[in-house]
Order: sequence, then structure tokens, then C-alpha cells
Amino acid sequence: MGLTMGAKITPYRRHNPDTQPASYYPPYRSTVLRCPRMPLIVLPHTLSEITGPVCGQGDIAETDNDLTRQHPAAPQGERIIVRGQVLDDGGRPLRKTLIEVWQANAAGRYFHDNDNHAAPLDPNFTGAGRTLTDEHGFYEFVTIRPGAYPWRNHENAWRPAHIHFSLFGPAFATRLVTQMYFPGDPLFARDPIFQSIPDERARERLIAKFDFDITKPEWALGFRFDIVLRGREATPFED
Amino acid sequence: MTLVPTASQTAGPFFHLGCTRSGSVSCLATHEAEGERVWLRCRVLDGDNVPVPDAMLELWQANAEGKYLHPDDTQDKTADRHCRGFGRLATDEQGNCVFETVRPGPVPGPDDTMQAPHVSVSVLGRGIQKRLATRIYFSGDPANAGDRVLTLVPEERRATLMAQPDIQNPGWWNFTIRLCGEGETVFFDV
Repeated sequence: MGLTMGAKITPYRRHNPDTQPASYYPPYRSTVLRCPRMPLIVLPHTLSEITGPVCGQGDIAETDNDLTRQHPAAPQGERIIVRGQVLDDGGRPLRKTLIEVWQANAAGRYFHDNDNHAAPLDPNFTGAGRTLTDEHGFYEFVTIRPGAYPWRNHENAWRPAHIHFSLFGPAFATRLVTQMYFPGDPLFARDPIFQSIPDERARERLIAKFDFDITKPEWALGFRFDIVLRGREATPFED
Repeated sequence: MTLVPTASQTAGPFFHLGCTRSGSVSCLATHEAEGERVWLRCRVLDGDNVPVPDAMLELWQANAEGKYLHPDDTQDKTADRHCRGFGRLATDEQGNCVFETVRPGPVPGPDDTMQAPHVSVSVLGRGIQKRLATRIYFSGDPANAGDRVLTLVPEERRATLMAQPDIQNPGWWNFTIRLCGEGETVFFDV
């Protein structure tokens, strides 16, 4: 049997808790029965945490990053381009990393059996996409601007328009699921999911920026949404 | 550090659309993979002990020899391309989902110890603001006694991390995730 010990582990940096949502947040009702009450046990990073699933081009089909071309005709609504860069917290681009997105249609309805909002489905819009970042960590989706929708969390509850983003990054430790919002949405102040993040600047970073350079003449408005995943400690913990 | 990592937000009730409608993976290791074949029957319960029908579970594990299919695993062990080591499923109406895989081998742990065979688990879904991380260990594995991560867990809670063998069905293991309340599963700050 050869060497069984791996190289020394360089752990990923820990989050500042104020920049992440509170797990238990009763204004978002579903957290109450689904949030652990016991303190989390801090797990020193081992090979199990610094590795994670590797995705490749084989996982992506041609129209996966254009949600407006997945059906015979164009979907209803305002076509938009969402572009951004995926970086680690040291500013290094994350290449060939998988991004999955899902969203409601222009009327605020998800193509999902459990969504019974009285808004029309669009036969030309599924609302799901995936892509890999390029050599410089950039990604781009073409889609339809999603509508706001009601969600029964409280009296007259409406979610601000958003697109869900899911990223694995390079390791089990870097897994992130988040939501991208649109600038100037009047619903932010009343949305407990958005407001559950204590740090105001951390909340604002979930809001895409309108970007005239991404905007294509006679075609679509452009929005910029950069995503930062945890990076690794500069030096190994041990020694 | 120059940039602050992006905040997490719940995957919500409709993640199936983007994640498991075409991205489900129930088999972490195909039939060609080396090792002891196992089926992990996972169940997710909420604080009222009610099954959670809209959770997503993601599993990550090493192959039977204890090597991860990942460039940062530099151990001198043989990679098994038939064991990708990743699985992802949504729970069904009863809060259940079943993964097929091989029993993972031991991998290095803190301070040159070896970790007992385990599977890393992420739980996502409506009401879960940040991915919940836990581990599946195999009840009765002699290596559990020397596992340094398990020693971080108060003894009376370690059982929540143990999959239990299904006596009626050899190869089948049951693992229950209790999100909160009595018998709450141990979750880790990863």
C-alpha cells in the first residue's frame, strides 16, 4: 500500500455570519420547523470538504443558457441578458464552474405542479437554465424578466422578482444557492427572505446592476450579477 | 480577503425546475464500480416529525478505496471512473429518497488520522436559508471509534449521524434527517 496521507489541507475561509441570512428567522415562516436549534458543530476541513463534484461541458446542452430558445416560439415578456463573473473571495475567477438557474415566467408563475398562483403559464417558457463559466469566470444567460408573485407567508405577501442561482464551486465547502434580484424593487422592504441577511451591503450585493454595456441595441436590456464564493486560507492552518 | 462571499438564499419550493428535473443523480457509483454495493434510504422530517416533501439532498463521497474523484485529492490511490461520488435527489411526498452507491473507503482526517467511511450530505429547500451540512456514517463500522469528526460531536448525539442497516434487505441502509426538535440531526458548520 502506498502513501495514504494526503497533502496538508488548506481550508476554506469561514463566513462572517452577518453577511449570511439567519437560519432561524420566524418572519419567514418556513424556517420555524426546518431550522436546527442546536448549535452547528464546526467541522475542520478535511479532504471530504475541500473536494466536490466536478462538472463538465458534457453536462450542458446548446440552448441551456438561453431560456428564450428552449421552445418553438419566443416566450412572453421582457427579454434580458444576465451576465457576470464568478470569483473567489481573493478575486480569482472560477473557471468552468457550473451555474444552474430557475425562475418564474413574466407573469410570476413557475412551470411547476406546486405553483398554483392564478397567473398564466407560458408554453414557451420553462424557466430553467445551466451553463459553465468561461476561462475568465464569466457566464451569461438570456432570459425573460421574471414577475413578482404572491406566496402566502403573511398577509399580502409578495416575493420581489428574482432568479434562483445554484453553484457548486470547487469543493463541498463552496456550495452556494442564492437569488438574484432586480434594482429598485419596491418589495425589498417587506420581503423576509431578503431582509433575513443582517448586513445591508450583503443584501445589496444580491441586487443585479443595470448595465448599459451588456444591453444589446434593438434586443435586450443587460444586467450584471457577480457571484463570490469562499476562497482558501492563504497558508495551511497547521505548521 | 478582498471580496465578501455572496449571501445564501433559500432554494425555495421550486428548485426541482433548475436542479432535479433534469439534474437528478440517484446512482453515485455505476455497476462497474469497485466495492460493496449499498442503497441509502434517506428520510427528511421537520420539527413536527412530519415528512418534508420538498427538500433536496446532495451526497458526496469517496470511492471504495477512499479516493475522491477530484483534482485536489492527491492521495496515491486508484481513482475509479465508475464512482463519480455525487448524487442529488428531491424527496418524495413521504420525505424519502433512495441513493445507490458503494460503501466509501476511509479518507485522511485531521492530524494524520483516518476518518471512518462517510458520505457528506447537503440539505436544501424551502425554509432552509443556508445549505445544511451533515454526514452519513455506517452504524457498526469499527473505524467509527477512531473518527476525529465524530469525537467533536457530543456522544449522545452521534447516533443521529449513523445510517442503520435494514435487517430485511441486505445492502440497504436507513438514514433519517431531523431538521429540528427532539433527536435533531447533527449539522456542521463547514
